[in-house]
Amino acid sequence: MKIRAQIGMVLNLDKCIGCHTCSVTCKNVWTSRDGVEYAWFNNVETKPGVGYPKEWENQDKYNGGWVLKNNKLKPRQGGKLKIMANIFANPDLPQIDDYYEPFTYDYEHLQNAPDMKTPPTARPVSVLTGKKMDKIKWGPNWEDDLGGEFSKRSKDALFEGIQKEMMSTFENTFMMYLPRLCEHCLNPACVASCPSGSIYKREDDGIVLIDQDKCRGWRMCVSGCPYKKIYYNWVSGKSEKCIFCYPRIEGGQPTVCSETCVGRIRYLGVLLYDADKIEDAASAEDPKDLYQSQLDLFLDPNDPEVIAEALKQGIPQSWLDAAKKSPVYKMAVDWKVAFPLHPEYRTLPMVWYIPPLSPIQSAVEQGVIGEKGIIPGIKELRIPVRYLANLLTAGKEEPIVEALETMIAMRRYMRSKSVGSQADLSTIENLHVSEEQINEMYQIMAIANYEDRFVIPSSHKEMVEDAFKDKASCGFSFGNGCSDGVSKENLFGKKQSPIIFTDMMNDRNHNKEKESNS
Amino acid sequence: MDYLDKFIFGIYPYIVLVIFVVGCLVRFEREQYSWKSDSSQLLYRGQLRVGSILFHVGILGLFFGHLVGLLTPVIVWDTLGVSHSLKQMVAMTAGGIMGSMCFIGLVILIHRRFSVDRLVQNSNWRDKLLLLWLFVTLCLGLSTIVVSAQHLDGHEMVRLMTWAQHVVTVRGDAANYVMNASIIFKIHLFMGMSLFAIFPFTRLVHIFSGFGMVTYITRKWQLVRPR
Repeated sequence: MKIRAQIGMVLNLDKCIGCHTCSVTCKNVWTSRDGVEYAWFNNVETKPGVGYPKEWENQDKYNGGWVLKNNKLKPRQGGKLKIMANIFANPDLPQIDDYYEPFTYDYEHLQNAPDMKTPPTARPVSVLTGKKMDKIKWGPNWEDDLGGEFSKRSKDALFEGIQKEMMSTFENTFMMYLPRLCEHCLNPACVASCPSGSIYKREDDGIVLIDQDKCRGWRMCVSGCPYKKIYYNWVSGKSEKCIFCYPRIEGGQPTVCSETCVGRIRYLGVLLYDADKIEDAASAEDPKDLYQSQLDLFLDPNDPEVIAEALKQGIPQSWLDAAKKSPVYKMAVDWKVAFPLHPEYRTLPMVWYIPPLSPIQSAVEQGVIGEKGIIPGIKELRIPVRYLANLLTAGKEEPIVEALETMIAMRRYMRSKSVGSQADLSTIENLHVSEEQINEMYQIMAIANYEDRFVIPSSHKEMVEDAFKDKASCGFSFGNGCSDGVSKENLFGKKQSPIIFTDMMNDRNHNKEKESNS
Repeated sequence: MDYLDKFIFGIYPYIVLVIFVVGCLVRFEREQYSWKSDSSQLLYRGQLRVGSILFHVGILGLFFGHLVGLLTPVIVWDTLGVSHSLKQMVAMTAGGIMGSMCFIGLVILIHRRFSVDRLVQNSNWRDKLLLLWLFVTLCLGLSTIVVSAQHLDGHEMVRLMTWAQHVVTVRGDAANYVMNASIIFKIHLFMGMSLFAIFPFTRLVHIFSGFGMVTYITRKWQLVRPR
């Protein structure tokens, strides 16, 4: 048994209001740079929809993730030899238009325009060419709140096994939000696809990172990742991805997306797992078994044997303490209300989701009140269970139904407790949940206090390196070592920087100079 | 002319070699962040697949063809019983085929880079220079087929081989062997050698990484690193 620990994440979709605060704060911190202006390490999609990039879930198109062939796992885009044979041009790579053509607006025109009969407008300008665009045709969140027509949205791969025509009518329409980031998988397809060996998983906290110095820009990770969460920086010529805010995680702080989530839907906590069993778990024959096989990987942090073995293998005590209090472990393993995103990709993702409840199907027909009172039953929910199962359990409906039942039971119980004089225990009859669990679930999932959501042990850097050497060093920076990321041309060249943002930078410097001169 | 020939074919190869080796080492050691293939596929997929594959297969064929053809000692061919004229014919045919593939690919890539707006705006002068440099060198190389076709006895070819081998083995008289070669050959040699001089300063360094990829075959799928 090889015990490893990872910081996992759970997103409670039941509470996501689709405000995009996570995306925007993430963008401001990590991708407000040239070459990745089109990249969103975190984005929020409205489902049903084709998503970002378009149809990322359609693996017949992009060939991401793993397949099982003759009981052996290999990347769907091909084995090592095929990946190498495709090195001159990657047939599965999305073009930037599949994400969207990055744009800004000609704001200066609003101030500089000559006297005109009509008010001046700020026309869109392509960041790729610096030229005016006639029309913006797609954006990072084009389908926000079911924007666009159903025929386009219905290309959504999650409609598999559902008679989607029914969903096109206004009365039957439904939607939910899906915030997405890198899954920091246990069996990452990007790592396996990289011919340079530049992508790796960190042993101590499971964060998957790209060594920017070692990346050669072969782009196989972009097509290898089934979630399309690796982005090619077209200015630097290197791949980039969500870094799980590792500088914050190391210090025991939540990621930016989690910290800023206004709906308090995100949870971070330690999961212990047996690394020796990863390959077997990812090789379950029936995709529907993959959810269970991943669950089986996780080790019980309250088991004294596990604790003893983990300590022996060098996992710090503080991490084991955190693992016991981990909200992620509770929701994923204890309560079974959280599920992995697309387990059928066989990547064993570590960002899990609690499926959303939804309004009752037809308020009019039901006379507003459902069969069991004011809180509806599973069958009355608007989002088809199959749809959620296609998203979270490779189409297996039972675990989703059980999770939704648990969540509904929590509501019924709490309602009876706060509306009636005392808790009505019949609300949790015939369910595998105790009153104690319901109360804890309520505390963590509904109240969601900061310290309940984020149980992150700080990393023990002092154990692995001599921190004294870091004295007066540059800290975290983009670009080359100590630079600010804007490097001047040197002997070995510099990629010509995009027209728009370079000019903005020059303008800023120019203004600074003017100010200091005056 | 004599001095110039002596310099270009006797001394220049070593200057080029030093720039090549030192330049690559310094770049790898100091500027590894800039070491990349610098692909433009994300910005514009069109024509890339056919162009890039033809170009790369062609130029790799040419590279290995030149390597084996120029640097295998004459005595090896004689022992194997390959006559000089036969070897010349093989070299002309194989070079012609590979050269044509490379030519078509290169024309497509040049067209792509100089006509697609997104690429024009985002290419630097090094990318453009490199494509044109390769194109001129390739065209000269292809035209040497015409020159060679006028004397099929393999004599000229052996002189060129001897030049290359004398350069590599650091014998001072190398330049003497190409003095009388056709001007087409001479310019081709110069352009070809110079390619190694610009090598460390362009995206060409990705060739090393391309060959380095063989380690991928035996690597395990997953990489886990301690901090």
